[in-house]
Amino acid sequence: MTADLLSAPYVLEYTYTRSTGPVIGRFLTGLRDGAIVGVRTAGGKVIVPPTEYDPETGAALGEFVDVGDAGVVTSWGWIAEPRRYQPLGRPFAWALIRLDGADTAMLHAVDAGSETAMRTGMRVVVRWAEERKGSIRDIECFEPEGAA
Amino acid sequence: MSGDPITKPITKPITKIETHVRFDFTITAGKHLTSYLRGLARKQILGARCDSCAKVYVPSRGSCPTCGVPTSGEVELSDRGTVTTFCIINIPFGRMPFDPPYAAAAILLDGSDIPIFHLVRGIPVDEVRMGMRVKAAWVANDQLAPTLQSIQWFEPTGESDAPFESYADHL
Amino acid sequence: MNPGAKIDVAIVSFGQLPSRRRHIDRQEVELVQPVVTDALRAAGLTKADIGFFVSGSADYLIGRPFSFVTALDGVAPWPPIRESHVEMDGAWALAEAYLRLQHGDIDTALVYCYGKSSLGEIRDLLVAQLDPYYVAPLWPDAVSMAALQARVLLDQGRCSERDMAEVAARNRKRAAGNPNAQVAGDFDVDAILAQPYLVSPLRKHDCPPISDGACAVVLATGDRARDLCERPAWIRGIDHRVEAHSLGVRDLASSASTKRAAKEAGAGAAAIDVAELHAPFSHQEIILRDAIGLGDDVDVNPSGGALAANPVMVAGLTRIGEAARRIHDGTAKRALAHATSGPCLQQNLVCVMEAG
Repeated sequence: MTADLLSAPYVLEYTYTRSTGPVIGRFLTGLRDGAIVGVRTAGGKVIVPPTEYDPETGAALGEFVDVGDAGVVTSWGWIAEPRRYQPLGRPFAWALIRLDGADTAMLHAVDAGSETAMRTGMRVVVRWAEERKGSIRDIECFEPEGAA
Repeated sequence: MSGDPITKPITKPITKIETHVRFDFTITAGKHLTSYLRGLARKQILGARCDSCAKVYVPSRGSCPTCGVPTSGEVELSDRGTVTTFCIINIPFGRMPFDPPYAAAAILLDGSDIPIFHLVRGIPVDEVRMGMRVKAAWVANDQLAPTLQSIQWFEPTGESDAPFESYADHL
Repeated sequence: MNPGAKIDVAIVSFGQLPSRRRHIDRQEVELVQPVVTDALRAAGLTKADIGFFVSGSADYLIGRPFSFVTALDGVAPWPPIRESHVEMDGAWALAEAYLRLQHGDIDTALVYCYGKSSLGEIRDLLVAQLDPYYVAPLWPDAVSMAALQARVLLDQGRCSERDMAEVAARNRKRAAGNPNAQVAGDFDVDAILAQPYLVSPLRKHDCPPISDGACAVVLATGDRARDLCERPAWIRGIDHRVEAHSLGVRDLASSASTKRAAKEAGAGAAAIDVAELHAPFSHQEIILRDAIGLGDDVDVNPSGGALAANPVMVAGLTRIGEAARRIHDGTAKRALAHATSGPCLQQNLVCVMEAG
């Protein structure tokens, strides 16, 4: 009976063009130009990547600051079998990374080579993509600081 | 200096991004739609009857939309029916089956309580009318497949129009 | 939605389909129709008796828009009904029904939900819920996201991988008593800990199964509820809170929104006998227990929870239904149910129920 049932492949595929607005746009412009930009709240906290509003108070944000292109891993997970569209085709670590000068962490990938090279608290540095166009993937990934 | 407010102006700011998404599904037709689609491959139009109100639905999704009880069995419907309402497509769009103008209609097949939607050909579009009697124009036998496209379109039978009362409750 | 709402609302019945890896022979109508029928029959009602219908589901899961409109055939909306829908787990549809009943003009509501994770790749599909600028273009799948949360918990010393495995084993053992659960049985903790990681620190057993399912709940107010049900499960409090979207701006180990929702729902007002927690990942049960403040004397997830069956869009309302069931059958006087939505426990609903 189940062999009788009909099934068919179906692909849902689209490309949306999304406006960035001034805050997200500023961050992505920075990435294109090889720099990482955060936004400072009234309380002095630096949020990276920047949000339009303070997640704690709701106040509108607009004071942009440069942050470093290296920072500390605050969490990570090793993916042995990467999936379609993910940043790397070989095993890598997902990580939350708090860049120098930032008070929040951003999510990205770390090309650490092996799981044993990863630990919370390690320092990582940006590896820029060769061609950048204003996307989170202008950061190709991070790599352990001090790696070749 | 990291942490100082940025004062340098930027050129050519990014104002939009393109986000590409793709999700792959394997969709399944379920029991009732499978029955309907397989029927079409055999040149049959199959519906199902509500056990409570006895109405016949095509295609059946397994539940009577007014009673909420399961529909049962297979009811073979005629491939002839009555146009209950229709429209004429005049404006070009994406992937059209024909060049405009062409007609699409809700067709109440003999034996069914709800219409199916299909194309109407074989008559000038300005002569398509409510109550017109039509029959399915099937594809060649070697083209039959489990799809409503096994019926290319509906065309006039030449019978006199069905009286309004015969489809008034199905509009 | 705090305790002390004017109109008393109770869950009077609950119907569910067994969760399966694939309900291959059921489209949305065929998922909805049986659970709605069961819930109505158990309450002794027909659809004509229902004042308000509300559903929870996600068109993305099914792969096409307005799937929830197709599903209405399963409810038979004729004569025309008062109807609403949320693109969320049915638990939030229940929250809407609870509010709707506060108007006082109707005294019954039917809440239903369905989901077929089997049609797509759920692990990747959930990327669609992430920030489209900063996160989604990296395609971090649902297990990867959960792994980042689990590691924070481990780093803080709040639990061990063994504790997580024990959560998984206990839930699946309890599931053996639940004919509607999907993954049930005795899993040896050492054996499952010996398995490789999917995304470290999560192994397969720490993750939910992929499930298709559906369920429905009938709500009634005041005397109507007393007429329909011997032991109505009175909703004494229901609240939901949401945190910031980004993982990097919140404390992933402590679920502030669950803590707040539990407080507003009055969870702490008296002892809880049974708690059904919507924790699709093993470490999340540990976070939720802490956030709600559940002691060791609480019976957690007698149904087996989301680690035993996780039909997305259904698992949350199922927790509420399963908790209500324990009040209906007399085994609990006070029950708590929790539902979650969004990555890493971003949004959380807590519902506290009591026997009359």
